[in-house]
Amino acid sequence: MNRVIPLFILAFGILAFATLFLVVMPFLQVRGTAVPEGLRPYSVAEQRGRDHYVNLGCVYCHSQQPRSPDQAPDQARGWGRPSTPADYVFDRPHLLGTMRTGPDLLNVGARLPSVAWHLTHLYQPRAIFDWSIMPSYPFLFDAKDKAEPGDVVVDLPPRYRPEHGVVVARPAALELTQYLLSLDRTYPSTPDAEDLRDQGYTNVGGGR
Amino acid sequence: MLGSIGLVLTSSFLISLVALAFLIWAVANQQLRIGQQDALTVFDPGEAGEPDDPTAFGNGHVHSNGHRFDVERLGIDKPSRIPVLLLLVAAAVWLVVGSVFGMIASLKLHLPDWLNASELLTFGRVRTLHLNAVAYGWLSMAGIAVALWTLPRVFHTPLRLSKLPVVGVLLWNAALIAGLFAVSTGSTDGLEWLEIPWRIDVVLGVAGAFFAVPLVVTALKREVDHIYVTGWYYLAALVWFPILFLIANLPAMHSGVPQATVNWWYAHNVLGLWLTPLGVGAAYYFIPKIIGKPIYSYTLSLVGFWALALFYSQVGIHHLIGGPVPTWLVTLSVVHSVMMFVPVLAVAINQHVTVGRNMWAFRQSLALRFVATGAVMYTLASFQGSIEAIRSVNTVTHFTHYTVGHAHLGAYAFTSLVMFGAIYHMVPRLTGRDWPFPSLLSLHYWLVIVGFALYFVALTAGGLLQGLAMLDVARPFADSVTLTIPYLQGRSLGGALMSVGHLVFAAHLFLALGRMRAGASSPRGLTSTETERFAGA
Repeated sequence: MNRVIPLFILAFGILAFATLFLVVMPFLQVRGTAVPEGLRPYSVAEQRGRDHYVNLGCVYCHSQQPRSPDQAPDQARGWGRPSTPADYVFDRPHLLGTMRTGPDLLNVGARLPSVAWHLTHLYQPRAIFDWSIMPSYPFLFDAKDKAEPGDVVVDLPPRYRPEHGVVVARPAALELTQYLLSLDRTYPSTPDAEDLRDQGYTNVGGGR
Repeated sequence: MLGSIGLVLTSSFLISLVALAFLIWAVANQQLRIGQQDALTVFDPGEAGEPDDPTAFGNGHVHSNGHRFDVERLGIDKPSRIPVLLLLVAAAVWLVVGSVFGMIASLKLHLPDWLNASELLTFGRVRTLHLNAVAYGWLSMAGIAVALWTLPRVFHTPLRLSKLPVVGVLLWNAALIAGLFAVSTGSTDGLEWLEIPWRIDVVLGVAGAFFAVPLVVTALKREVDHIYVTGWYYLAALVWFPILFLIANLPAMHSGVPQATVNWWYAHNVLGLWLTPLGVGAAYYFIPKIIGKPIYSYTLSLVGFWALALFYSQVGIHHLIGGPVPTWLVTLSVVHSVMMFVPVLAVAINQHVTVGRNMWAFRQSLALRFVATGAVMYTLASFQGSIEAIRSVNTVTHFTHYTVGHAHLGAYAFTSLVMFGAIYHMVPRLTGRDWPFPSLLSLHYWLVIVGFALYFVALTAGGLLQGLAMLDVARPFADSVTLTIPYLQGRSLGGALMSVGHLVFAAHLFLALGRMRAGASSPRGLTSTETERFAGA
């Protein structure tokens, strides 16, 4: 242990060992996951919306991994059944997230299927929830004197409405909404898929 | 399938445990021929027993010899001087930049309509700029600076190829600026701790090699037989970080859940196998050096080091407890997280006992005050991390601001404080001048200590309440948001105090460097011949 080269070899060996367990084995175990019936690849617009979601850093406040009822009341909150690796086969980059400054979004499309709702919420979250601390995203919208053909006008309560004219959605806002609406993993999961998620809480103390 | 996975899981743990037991046996039976005398490697002959620190200002101290300016080391320090100073300047600038972004991000959480006109300043991007500026700008470069200065001293030989790190600093900073620009304009790889686009990461990797190669060559040419424990941490980190960085950045390799495991394997190992070795290694050098007495139990430091390597490397998946990842994988990380008590206790016993037996030095030396406080924070952060990984605790704290508080206990209260102390000790040696305004060191200390305490208590309490609210199905989700607001405001206040501390630190550092050639007073304890030799050095 008092030579540089053996120290390097041992340090390398230990990391290789950890990498085998934390990187290689999960990859081998999960890679063959079948695409669930009811899950389809993102459309071009949805994928573009997903890119906006990524580059605006939505993941830092919203997880996309509902926990099992054994552990937490995520399902009872309407966030969806416990997710499995199969639910993420088209996700690159992954957006599992580790924060819930805002609610979990894996099934937000099923929970809130209205384009108008999402546009209002993105323009000014406090127009819908006065308690929300989500940033407003005015730069995803344009203020215009009047809507032109093809414009999607954002529905706003008087307090947040501009004095003159209307607020219309830019393409980015529409794409982001398309992505949010695509977040719908309400199709049933299979026992095989369930085996691949953390079941360390199952039947702890007889379940809840 | 499940049976074989259980077997594999058990075997991983058993192998780690057997390796550790073997190591303890080997140490106990002196198979490794390492003993307490090796702890004296940090000292030159005859130097042990004398406290040594340029920040022990004032008079009337126990052992008040002024500080020893070790002339025999001038030759050793000389080649590292320019790269270390460059790295310190860059690190201080990134600390200030990172703090500004951190402040904006913190304020935005309770002022959500503030600065909302541009996507450049939206929370998701400012937060990311904060993390990357601090992790790869401040912490990494300060850590590398300390390593470039410390390792030659530990190896009793000057830094080799000392022009390479100068190129490294320029490349690293160019890449970092490009990376942060990319993130702020929306080009991101989208993974926590890995946001900088991989094409720019290639440049960061090349820059890293410009730091690593000289250190490795210096290690091979060392003039002591024994590699002091600081050297183990630094050299191992030099192996670990490039591998982590390379694998995690492989483009188009990862997706879905396997990518999430790579993500957290990387993100936690950046802390465990990069920032932790930089911090612990520095503390292992500066604590005995400043006090003038060797570390409490040198053989214990060996156990601590290898146990860290064995256990810390596998803890990452505790970020996905209860998630869509296989049960065995989560359990593996939980077990190893709890096993982290072993290396942390080893480091704690060594470092805290050494400081605790020499409290006069803690009061006297401001550099030691920073380093020793940081070392205590390492113990606390690690214990907290182990407990947080237990499933029942994690169920409450996961997804909340509690985790953010924990991350800052490790990355800030531990690593940053150790780096501050190391820099306060190093810079007078690098410049040949005392710190211009000694009282600013104390001011800096109290600003960041009080600021951090506020920050940490606010996020810990707020996070726990937030987690409990989310677990109570009778309470609407809105409760878990509204109840955190006073705590988020408390965090902003604490963060503001810390930021003022960073401004004090950076301004003082630049003043000290500005005076370098201005011919101010020579460091205390230096004879006129020594001053001349320094001027010629």
